[in-house]
Amino acid sequence: MNYQFEFGWLLEYYPQIVKGIGITVQLIAVGAVAGISLGICCAWARALGPAWLKPVVAAYVELIRNTPFLIQLFFIFFGLPSLGLQLSELQAANIAMIVNLGAYSCEIIRAGIQATPRGQFEAGASLAMTRFETFRHVVLVPSLQRIWPALSSQVVIVMLGSAVVSQIAAEDLTFAANFIQSRTFRAFEAYIVSTIIYLVLAILLRQALAIVGGFIFPRRTAR
Amino acid sequence: MSLIEITEVRKSYGENEVLKGIDLDVAPGEVIAIIGKSGSGKSTLLRCINGLETINKGSISVAGAQLLDDEVHLKALRLKVGMIFQQFNLFPHLTVGGNVMLSQMVVKKTPKPEAETIARKMLERVGLAHKFDAYPDELSGGQQQRVAIARALAMQPIALLCDEITSALDPELVAEVLAVVRELAAEGMTLLMVTHEMKFARDVCSRVVFMHQGRVHEVGPPEEVFARPQTPELKQFLGLH
Amino acid sequence: MIEFTIWDILRNLLLATRWTIVLSFVSFLGGGIVGLGLLFLRISKRKSLRSLARYYIELFQGTPLLMQLFIAFFGLGLFGVDVPAWLAAGLALILWTAAFLGEIWRGCVEAVAKGQWEASASLGMGWLQQMRYVILPQAMKVAVPPTVGFSVQVIKGTALTSIIGFVELSKAGTVVTNATFQPFTVYGLVALIYFALCWPLSKSSQILERKLNVAHRNH
Repeated sequence: MNYQFEFGWLLEYYPQIVKGIGITVQLIAVGAVAGISLGICCAWARALGPAWLKPVVAAYVELIRNTPFLIQLFFIFFGLPSLGLQLSELQAANIAMIVNLGAYSCEIIRAGIQATPRGQFEAGASLAMTRFETFRHVVLVPSLQRIWPALSSQVVIVMLGSAVVSQIAAEDLTFAANFIQSRTFRAFEAYIVSTIIYLVLAILLRQALAIVGGFIFPRRTAR
Repeated sequence: MSLIEITEVRKSYGENEVLKGIDLDVAPGEVIAIIGKSGSGKSTLLRCINGLETINKGSISVAGAQLLDDEVHLKALRLKVGMIFQQFNLFPHLTVGGNVMLSQMVVKKTPKPEAETIARKMLERVGLAHKFDAYPDELSGGQQQRVAIARALAMQPIALLCDEITSALDPELVAEVLAVVRELAAEGMTLLMVTHEMKFARDVCSRVVFMHQGRVHEVGPPEEVFARPQTPELKQFLGLH
Repeated sequence: MIEFTIWDILRNLLLATRWTIVLSFVSFLGGGIVGLGLLFLRISKRKSLRSLARYYIELFQGTPLLMQLFIAFFGLGLFGVDVPAWLAAGLALILWTAAFLGEIWRGCVEAVAKGQWEASASLGMGWLQQMRYVILPQAMKVAVPPTVGFSVQVIKGTALTSIIGFVELSKAGTVVTNATFQPFTVYGLVALIYFALCWPLSKSSQILERKLNVAHRNH
């Protein structure tokens, strides 16, 4: 192997990389907050909601979980404009991630709700709370705490999956790597560097989620 | 000549020393009950004899087989002592017969027909020959524990370690298991049992060992230990029962 | 300009679906074999081997599959080999799948009760015998539902190989879209085909899991 590794380009192209990191972080931040919120609503609907809503949510969840994120992204970005819904690359990427994480977190959170002891619902009812009030004040937080590790893993998976938004020219970290490799022909180095950055981002994201978890669920022993 | 020699055995979990120098010699055919509060180290001692826990200091040998922490020595030792657990630990994916045959075939390389003959004989001994093809989850707790005893006996050990073998059983099932143990004792099997069944210990055992805070606090024949406890700790322990 | 009927589009997509299926199958099988190796490293008694497997798994689970594909595609080229897309795709997917399957299966092995290890040890079995006769038979039962479930991730993962130029269902979708200018229909159909491949697997994984739980409760 006569290949000489060369990382000198890093100096020249670091603004692109920093910008790419920024977009990737923005995408996952918006995706996580909105996606988990959507997931909570859907989980409520599937576990405790009105009968007519359940199959609708179930169809959404199954459809998203059984198709590739790339195709969801293409459908939203290339397909929806023919219905008159024109979206920018970033908007499409954001929506795709929210929709995707929404479906996965729905299933995860639903499992947490279903693991709630029956007595919690009965206790809520006996205190004259409505079903929704019981859900909101009694069931939700312990349910989230129960599945927080699984949910955190899913957020990391979605962040790593976001690499494909570069394919609709959203200027994320992968887009930067592609840009650099097309300019410098240093494909291997460009991808190694961005892979390492993704790894660091994944580790940081996991820690951030653990901290957020500690903040939302200060009591460890609550079940 | 002792069958089991336990000399100066010490065992710690991190900072916490649970066995603080245990000496105990067991003669062939002896039936020994180890009693004491939970946390006194009695289960740990039993598990050390079988090499399920590694000891920090001291030595243990069974009929000349030294307890050393490598697979060859452990295997040699474990062929001599069988162990029965509180939670039975039958293999759920095998039938009763399969449970009793497996280690004969795998460890001792006994041919299958012979292993089966032995298995049927051992199950007969614990009164469960008719359950040969049943699966563990189809049996009561008492029956499962008797299968576990048959499984250990099939390896033809010279001693058996029993770790609170009736503690996980419903009260009405305790007697059938103890009856099997009583019979083993009568046949001359060397037994070391951690137990809470004081009446059984009094009736069957040749010696009682009272453990307290990681030490052997009092030893003696049951009539002495139960009738004339020497230390306040043992008095208090017996008073609780 | 040629008019494309829905049937024309569908036929082209289905032809490409063959390659999605072949690639998924190869990745799953290869990933399973490598994953089994990883499992044994991960639960071995040697700490160095355990760490090695853990780093491997962290690396492949902590970086995007797309990057792994890029590195396989461009990185192998550095050795002077001209890497065809199918090779890079297969290689990257196998290594990626192995990391996940290895970790799933480790969980299954660890789910076997500690008493099973102790009982088999007390009967004189060595580590390999314990694994072969006592632990793995039980772990395998628990492993079936999540393993089937993960096959769905593998099928969806193959979609990314279109980006390095492997022609399968997703790539065909893009090609057909460029020819027909009907992205809504084409990507809709692509999604439905993926759904038809994945949903039966997801569903059977769920059903198997439920059966297993019922069986467990009867214990």
